[in-house]
Amino acid sequence: MTSRHPPVEDFANDFDHTDPAWVADPYPIWDDLRQRCPVAHSDRYGGTWLPVTHDLVSEVAYDHEHFTSRSVVVSARRPGPDDLPAPIGLSPPITSDPPFHSIVRRMLLPAFTPTPTAALEPFTRELCRELLRATEGRTTFDAALEYAQHIPVRVIVRYLGFRQEDADMFRSIIRLVLEEVDLPVEEREERFTEVDAFMDAQIEDHIAHPRDDLTSFLLEAEIDGHKLPVEQVRGTMVLLMIAGIDTTWSAIGASLWHLAQHPEDRRRLATEPGLMDTALEELLRAYAPVTMARLVATDFDFHGHPFKEGDWLLLPFPAANRDPAVFENPGQVRLDRARNRHAAFGLGRHRCLGSNLARMELRVALEEWLARYPDFELSDPNAVTWSAGQVRGPRTLPVAILRNGS
Amino acid sequence: MTHASFRVHVDPDRCQGHNRCYSVSPDLFELDDLGMSSEVGAGMVPAGLVSQARLAVANCPEHAISLTEAPEINPKINTEVQP
Repeated sequence: MTSRHPPVEDFANDFDHTDPAWVADPYPIWDDLRQRCPVAHSDRYGGTWLPVTHDLVSEVAYDHEHFTSRSVVVSARRPGPDDLPAPIGLSPPITSDPPFHSIVRRMLLPAFTPTPTAALEPFTRELCRELLRATEGRTTFDAALEYAQHIPVRVIVRYLGFRQEDADMFRSIIRLVLEEVDLPVEEREERFTEVDAFMDAQIEDHIAHPRDDLTSFLLEAEIDGHKLPVEQVRGTMVLLMIAGIDTTWSAIGASLWHLAQHPEDRRRLATEPGLMDTALEELLRAYAPVTMARLVATDFDFHGHPFKEGDWLLLPFPAANRDPAVFENPGQVRLDRARNRHAAFGLGRHRCLGSNLARMELRVALEEWLARYPDFELSDPNAVTWSAGQVRGPRTLPVAILRNGS
Repeated sequence: MTHASFRVHVDPDRCQGHNRCYSVSPDLFELDDLGMSSEVGAGMVPAGLVSQARLAVANCPEHAISLTEAPEINPKINTEVQP
């Protein structure tokens, strides 16, 4: 993807997370900044900060006094006077601050523990097999477009209780919301309106015909004896859809991208099933897809940097995961890394609500893939493209199948 | 016979429900309805599960788990936590 912004020459003072160099390979940039800064600044997007060490990323994640989650996607548009204010925000609870945050989060948590997640596993496994069957007989195809991208969208569509046919439309909307952050404000607003209209239709349908799914769960949920306002239900549905799809698609794609280039890791995963647990965590650490964002809540001095109220701050968990102060040889993927306190799902009270679901999807996607295609490689490494913005993963991933599973 | 015994504990103020400890050692940890973890029973670690307990500590992103050496085996407490 081409950035609409001028190219970055100095990432310490003028970084841009949509710059082609960052999109192609952000790790050397973060390694360099970790040595030099370790808090970078940019005037782009109206002023943005970037801490790149594990220590500083943790510090921000745990600090709800100086930072607000009112908006978590850096773009030219900041929350305006008409938006739901902190502590609720547009898409609770990700855009909520304490104390409201924990009220909404507690309401949602039961829907994302290991038990309901395990109930979605048979559907996920059958879906993966169906997608792989569709590639049968072909020696090359796109693992991102024909496999990885379909898995999370169809799982969340099923859990929310929408029609599987709506999955395609969801994907295009999400791409606009998350990746095209440098579009003009008016164009983005228009896209959000489309999302809201779709959700409103779903809500009406679920009110008329309640069923056993996540949408009905949200509509029936009560806080202090009161049902949630419809705009809050809608915001949370949009959040679950956006948060659950691009992220997991990216994790599955990045893991396949790694395995395509590392025959020894493929062989070990296919022959040592007991390795899957540490392997998943290591792939999540090394290729963590999600960088979050905060807004500075009040003027203050952050380790010698003059933070101003309303400044953006990118919270790069993937950079924290590559910090040599915490991880031995962080650039190396070791599938049996036993000590792995990675922050792929964030830290603190905004820990990814869907982490159990994401881990299940990633595990099943890799198990099913390796059972069918134990040996594969990138058919054209130069054709691999990566998403721009705060969610990083391969969007084109052409692979060549070297051997079919039994 | 007297030998070192260990006790594991999840700090409920730090736990955010990553569920890594439960995944590493479902015998030592249990989850509540919100997916938050706590130690099973009094947290006494059977001798065969000490390495699992250490792994749980080393994989908690929130540093919520502590493993402490109990002074010596108290047979009464020990029988309570036999799985």
